[in-house]
Amino acid sequence: MKRYTGYLLSLLIFLLLIGLSWAGWLDSYTQLVFMFMGVNIILSTSLNLVNGYMGEFSCGHAGFMAVGAYVTSLLTVWFFTPGSIFGPNLLSPQWALILFPFLLLIGGLAAALAGLMVAIPSFRTRGDYLAIITLAANYIIKSAIENIQIIGGARGFMGMKRVINGMENFLNLPWMMIWIGFFVFFSILMIHRLVTSTYGKGILAIREDEIAAEIMGVNTRKTKMIAFMLSSGLAGIAGGLFAHILGYINPGSFTIMKSTEALVMVYLGGMGSLSGSVLSAILLTLMLELLRPLQVFKWVVVPLILFLLMLFRPEGLLGHRELTDVFPSLRRFFRNNEGG
Amino acid sequence: MNSTLFLQNLINALQWGSFYALIALGYSMVYGVLLLINFAHGDIFMVGAYIGFFVATFLLGQYGSHLPWDLSPASILILTFIVTMAVTAGVGVLIERVAYRPLRRKGANRLYIVITALMIGLILENGNLAILGASRKNFPELIPKEIYHLAGITFTNLKVLVIIITFLVFFFLQFVVRKTKWGMAMRAISYDRMAVPLMGIPVDTIIVITFALGSSLAALAGILFALSYPVLEPYMGALIGWKAFIAAVVGGIGDIRGAFVGGILLGFIEIFSATIFPSTYRDLIAFGILMLILTLRPNGIYGTAQRTKV
Repeated sequence: MKRYTGYLLSLLIFLLLIGLSWAGWLDSYTQLVFMFMGVNIILSTSLNLVNGYMGEFSCGHAGFMAVGAYVTSLLTVWFFTPGSIFGPNLLSPQWALILFPFLLLIGGLAAALAGLMVAIPSFRTRGDYLAIITLAANYIIKSAIENIQIIGGARGFMGMKRVINGMENFLNLPWMMIWIGFFVFFSILMIHRLVTSTYGKGILAIREDEIAAEIMGVNTRKTKMIAFMLSSGLAGIAGGLFAHILGYINPGSFTIMKSTEALVMVYLGGMGSLSGSVLSAILLTLMLELLRPLQVFKWVVVPLILFLLMLFRPEGLLGHRELTDVFPSLRRFFRNNEGG
Repeated sequence: MNSTLFLQNLINALQWGSFYALIALGYSMVYGVLLLINFAHGDIFMVGAYIGFFVATFLLGQYGSHLPWDLSPASILILTFIVTMAVTAGVGVLIERVAYRPLRRKGANRLYIVITALMIGLILENGNLAILGASRKNFPELIPKEIYHLAGITFTNLKVLVIIITFLVFFFLQFVVRKTKWGMAMRAISYDRMAVPLMGIPVDTIIVITFALGSSLAALAGILFALSYPVLEPYMGALIGWKAFIAAVVGGIGDIRGAFVGGILLGFIEIFSATIFPSTYRDLIAFGILMLILTLRPNGIYGTAQRTKV
């Protein structure tokens, strides 16, 4: 029974949220907050794989998010809606119900390929030099999208709302909520399974000492490649979801600022703590929404709170530990270190 | 591209690269001593420009309260530089004192200090926006503009001043780091962090000096930038700061020459790619080239290979 409590609990929360939004008990604003929470959870957990578990300092996560967002949006708009760029729709909008997750995965795949831009230099470059390469990658991706005029360039790209509306017209369910819930679960599970596997031990070994890891037989190149590509791929999926929540994307949404947000979530939760990342993504999203009445001062108060938090808990909320290490009584419900 | 256009762009590139170089020098010095990427540095540049604005407008008597004696334009310029650099150095030291030192004492992971630096940067940017409002400030013209024509090339006295000051600062810093006792202590700290306090070198004092020097350089860059492009806004430091940091790393971070060469190089790449290609491609080409350099020389142009022991 213990084996399944984690899954059951997630399923319960998932069904509860979907039921509430389907019945109309959650207004659309609250739904939006929950959806952004989900996207942020995927972003922070996937960045934690590289920054926390592998000990690199990647600060260009928004770039990969942009690749995923654009590829997925282009595909869904091309397939399911008539438009000026691609002409009439290829498939009837109902197909979106089945194909949407696959298109998200294709977006993730494209983002993973963009991740190679960082993964290959990482064979030779480490530490702060790699940080710059990720930063430059973010700029390059953003600048490249700005210069492709056919997909809107700096003006942005829209039309994703119609895809979602098409899905909802066919079968009235909160589809975005469902897919975000599914992919949050998918990415947490995937990262958890990876870091507790033998490959994951290799990733941790690279963090501790790369040369020693290589001598002990860890294929560092392959491991780094897997970690970078998985991380950027999941960021791409998060980007695809983000694009379909908003219905409009422009390169300006994927600047260093967005990457900074993801970084803050990772370090706020604690490096190498999966449940910490989930927790901090939830807290930060809530905090940003609750402090909205402060208007201009919001972006003074939020960094100030985070700064004070760093001062008093310099290792993040949970440090290197998981939620089950902080509250051992939770362990009754979960098999070994099932976090979040 | 004919030779006149080339020379014209050469001067523009030198001037544009000078700003990057001045900011990159501050990044590089702090990094060399603390191994800390001080992401707030770009915003210290912005703070410097704003402090310069307030000092200059005060000295020009735009607040109704005149100083008891009259100042000549030249002395206003020099006073603005000196006061602004001193005050901004104070800001830099204050940030070090309040934010970085307590974390360092607690032995926090280096990356948490980097995140704190990011937060400080955000606080500076948005605090400025919240307090002074979103209206842009116009920096007063402290130097009467003179335009020279020489063999078809046009340049202003300001451009020449920026380039000359940057070169002077570079040679001055080279001198400080290589010949003085403080510079020797700085190099010693970056060489061996553990042994330096045992030799009786006051590490905290050296760190404070480094921050003061770096911040005053950022202030210098801020005033020169504001004199050249006299519109101030709270986010002016963010982008130029990130780019200067990239320049410092490409040059080989922690090395004075590296920061200087990296900054000037980035200026050249940006100006020349904007002349040859459409200007929207500027970032794409500039960062593409920088990434290529880093892939080929993973430790930057002047960086030495990190030796790792098992």
